[in-house]
Amino acid sequence: MGSNLPLFPEAASTIAPDVDHLAVFLLAVAAFFTVLIFVTIFYFAIRYRRRSERELPLDTHGGMTLEILWSVIPFGITMVMFSWGASLYFRESRPPDNALPVYVVGKQWMWKIEHIQGQREINELHIPINRPIRLTMTSEDVIHSFFVPAFRTKSDVVPGKYSTEWFTATKPGKYHLFCAEYCGNRHSGMIGWVYAMEPQDYEKWLNSNPPPSTMAESGSKLFNGMGCPACHKPDGTGRCPSLVGLYGSTVHLADGRSIVADADYIRESIVLPQAKIVAGYGSLMPTYKGQVTEEDLVQLVEYIKWLGDKSEGNKPFPGTQGEPLAIPDLRGK
Amino acid sequence: MITTAVQEREHYLNESYGIKSWLLTKDHKRIALLYLFTVTLFFFLGGAFATMIRIELLTPRGNFVSNDTYNKLFTMHGVAMIFFFLIPSIPATLGNFFLPMMIGARDLAFPRINLLSWYLLVIGGLFALFAMLAGGVDTGWTFYTPYSTTYSNSWVIATALGIFVAGFSSILTGLNFIVTVHRMRAPGMTWSRLPLFVWSNYATALIQVLGTPVLAVTIILLFCERVFHIGIFDPALGGDPVLFQHLFWFYSHPAVYIMVLPAMGVISELVSVFSRKRVFGYHFVAYASMAIAVLGFLVWGHHLFVATQSVYAGLVFSFLSYFVAVPSAIKVFNWTATLYKGSISFATPMLYAFGFIGLFTIGGLTGLFLAALGFDVHVTDTYFVVAHFHYIMVGGTIMAYMGGLHYWWPKITGRMYPEGWAKLSALVVFLGFNLTFFPQFILGYMGMPRRYHVYPDEFQVLHVLSTAGASVLAVGYLMPMIYFVWSLKYGAIAPANPWGASGLEWKTQSPPPLHNFDETPVVTEEAYDYSTVIGEEVQIG
Amino acid sequence: MASEMQLPAHEESLALREQFDTAAQQKDASTLGMWIFLITEIMFFGGLFLAYTVYRSMYPGVFAVASTSINVYWGAANTVVLLTSSLTMVLAVRAAQLGQKRLIVLFLILTLILGGVFLGVKAKEWYDKYEEHHIPGPAFHLEGLNPDNVVSQGHAQLFFSLYFAMTGLHAFHMVIGAGLLLYLIFEARKGRYTAEYNTPVDLIGLYWHFVDIIWIFLFPLLYLIDRHLGK
Repeated sequence: MGSNLPLFPEAASTIAPDVDHLAVFLLAVAAFFTVLIFVTIFYFAIRYRRRSERELPLDTHGGMTLEILWSVIPFGITMVMFSWGASLYFRESRPPDNALPVYVVGKQWMWKIEHIQGQREINELHIPINRPIRLTMTSEDVIHSFFVPAFRTKSDVVPGKYSTEWFTATKPGKYHLFCAEYCGNRHSGMIGWVYAMEPQDYEKWLNSNPPPSTMAESGSKLFNGMGCPACHKPDGTGRCPSLVGLYGSTVHLADGRSIVADADYIRESIVLPQAKIVAGYGSLMPTYKGQVTEEDLVQLVEYIKWLGDKSEGNKPFPGTQGEPLAIPDLRGK
Repeated sequence: MITTAVQEREHYLNESYGIKSWLLTKDHKRIALLYLFTVTLFFFLGGAFATMIRIELLTPRGNFVSNDTYNKLFTMHGVAMIFFFLIPSIPATLGNFFLPMMIGARDLAFPRINLLSWYLLVIGGLFALFAMLAGGVDTGWTFYTPYSTTYSNSWVIATALGIFVAGFSSILTGLNFIVTVHRMRAPGMTWSRLPLFVWSNYATALIQVLGTPVLAVTIILLFCERVFHIGIFDPALGGDPVLFQHLFWFYSHPAVYIMVLPAMGVISELVSVFSRKRVFGYHFVAYASMAIAVLGFLVWGHHLFVATQSVYAGLVFSFLSYFVAVPSAIKVFNWTATLYKGSISFATPMLYAFGFIGLFTIGGLTGLFLAALGFDVHVTDTYFVVAHFHYIMVGGTIMAYMGGLHYWWPKITGRMYPEGWAKLSALVVFLGFNLTFFPQFILGYMGMPRRYHVYPDEFQVLHVLSTAGASVLAVGYLMPMIYFVWSLKYGAIAPANPWGASGLEWKTQSPPPLHNFDETPVVTEEAYDYSTVIGEEVQIG
Repeated sequence: MASEMQLPAHEESLALREQFDTAAQQKDASTLGMWIFLITEIMFFGGLFLAYTVYRSMYPGVFAVASTSINVYWGAANTVVLLTSSLTMVLAVRAAQLGQKRLIVLFLILTLILGGVFLGVKAKEWYDKYEEHHIPGPAFHLEGLNPDNVVSQGHAQLFFSLYFAMTGLHAFHMVIGAGLLLYLIFEARKGRYTAEYNTPVDLIGLYWHFVDIIWIFLFPLLYLIDRHLGK
């Protein structure tokens, strides 16, 4: 497999070359100081080698100036390293608004991936290039970690919560996917491939095996099947808040806090409803823990996201049966 | 070199004989040797596990051992090396032996607690050994939850108990050292006259005393979760798995400074003696040790950059991690400056000191890489981290330990080791070490995750290099085992001060008498004052 | 073995250990050692306090109901008992400093009795928890939770797990303290402690006060905070 720099993996995402540039800078600084120390020691050791057993060198005296210099200058260099690393980290923590969501459920010892149009993959992830992809991930059991070396990104996948990782692939290709947090017997077998494709190839892939329903559709079936509309009436007349327009909005809780209704909030409200009660409502909702799997939960999240845009009324689910599947636009969402 | 000179003088080794006189001793020097024996056993046990790991990694497929066995091998390698070798090593062997002597004391403040510390290490070690023999533990030495609490079917509790008990050994040693340095210094031995080895062990003792109890509580909570399912770390029961990581690393990060600070103390001694000069910037090096001890408690979150810790926490921990690098850099610069216009000897201990400075520099600099958030996201949980910590703990601590053993061997045993073989071993270790671990930096950046039993084919070449290096390294460690034991009977008799070193421990005989000094010394010189010392030739009779 | 130096008769009880040069050095070293040990104990208990704080802030409602279910009167009584035992301990130390053998023994015995009362009350409180099915496990059930479902019962169990862990660890330290007091009583009856040498009484006194202080923190944290929420 070709590499951009020798001994570096392929740089196949928008952030990968930037991480590599930081790596080169760090290498240069390290090489400089390593050579400096090695050469100085080598030189001193030979120049000042002991020539007779009785010789007694004069003490050289330390100076405050020298100590300050060789504390402050390295510290300054480390601050450059810090800022550079931090700026990359900030970028990595803020997925763009138009990122294409993909859901990942890790379990011993496989990756279960679901696209919003409903395609499911095991240990493989097909994505279009030049489009930010945002992974929302959780684990069914122990802590895993979703690592794509070619993209230079990684995030732990933790049971009980969602974690996010995003990237934009830049080159079509097949890239290693590794689990990077020790998770038991087949940890080194929990690997796969990310397939980055040109947009037209990706659309071909989307249409090659259309799934029976999209995630939001599946979520809708779950929602209705478990009797949720009985309380969560869409017009708000039910015992519980309407979920239309909920996703992404600010929710005022009974204990005075205000939070944004994100995927974590949705998930928690289903498995642990009494953790955050909405102001003005009682603690009525039963827990569905044990009745829904992590895969069910992400479908419910997608359904509630779809409910988010109040103005559209009876709009179809994205990629509804019969239409050719296309990469969702999602701008403005 | 065979000598026929008979030791007629009484010293700590021959003043009493028999197993009871060793197992019930209160003499810090004998206790140091008890520790030396114990930690060496665990070193070779951990080394055996490492050998099997490296053999397995010669090929991409898992054909040497099963998945399960491999996972147990790397776990037990880590547990044995960290808790039963590295953490006790320098403080409990060289520190125990020489701290009292360096300050002019007859023993530590609490000799019986010192013996208790050794017994606790042995008992903890027996628990861990039992776990290893009964089937092993496979959680990684980091015991992340909920794998360790709910999913692993291995001897987690036994191992955790072993570590728990060994932790108290560490706490009591730290307590003993702190009180000793405060209250047992000979007249005239002010803080500014203390050898830097004492300063380093003092700073280490502070970490042992403050950090290890948190590990103890973490293990108790792990135990309660695994046995009683109380729901503190398992989300299925309402707990938070990342809380375990915070609690665990709150100790385990300072723990790495427990492992490296005493090593730095040894290097200060070696660089000084074998340049025959006071360490450049003595006060800066002393205070740097204290700074590392304090700052080391503030950076644990750099192990959680991708663990779903908040971005802001990540920023804070990254920033502070750069702070803690500065005192280490100060030490490296000061050691280098000590060589300037010195009288440099290339005796084996000095070769190890050079090796330490070079390899610790590389290891420490790669720490700077890891502290950079954007870089860490890519390389955390890969072989890059494995290479980083082995550079510091093996290239650093173990080299310093070997250097210290060679330096003080004449004092401890009254014998010289064979210099030619020793120099050769040092070289073999240095070469073997670099061949083993440098390729791992590259493996890591290329994306090879850690704790992998099988791996993609493209990583094989680097793994083969690494395993080749490991075999050379193993030879480098076996050689001293052999010649040190050989020297006990056949080594040249050592004089009181074969190196022309300053320091109170060299003013007494080799081996020292039971109470170290015939009279309590009164100190009038500054540390590292070589003007009054005249080097003796080693007598070969 | 310990070669106790033969001293003039009036200092016979000095027992200067061979690593020390003077009695003052020995006392200083021992005292510093005990203080450092107590600091390690603070770090030790601190981990549990941290876990408790984290979970209390995550599940305030459930923890409040659980806290209400433990009997504040017994807790308060125990606090008074323990504080009084610290008083009697201090009086024992004072008596030791004055070399008043009978008073040393008296106050040590009083301290031991009060410690025993504390442990007895604690045992009763734990027994009550057993009767009320508040011990974490299959039989656990806490009344008064709203909503009352398996998840909130799980959080309530977490409170009680921490309750038993913290009070249990504390009680364990008290039992060790009781053992140390017994040792002191035996030695004091032999006349071991005088104005010149009373360090063990001093140090074990420090330990006893420390165990008391841990309770001073435990009591409000476990019994008192947010009681109004739980009603």
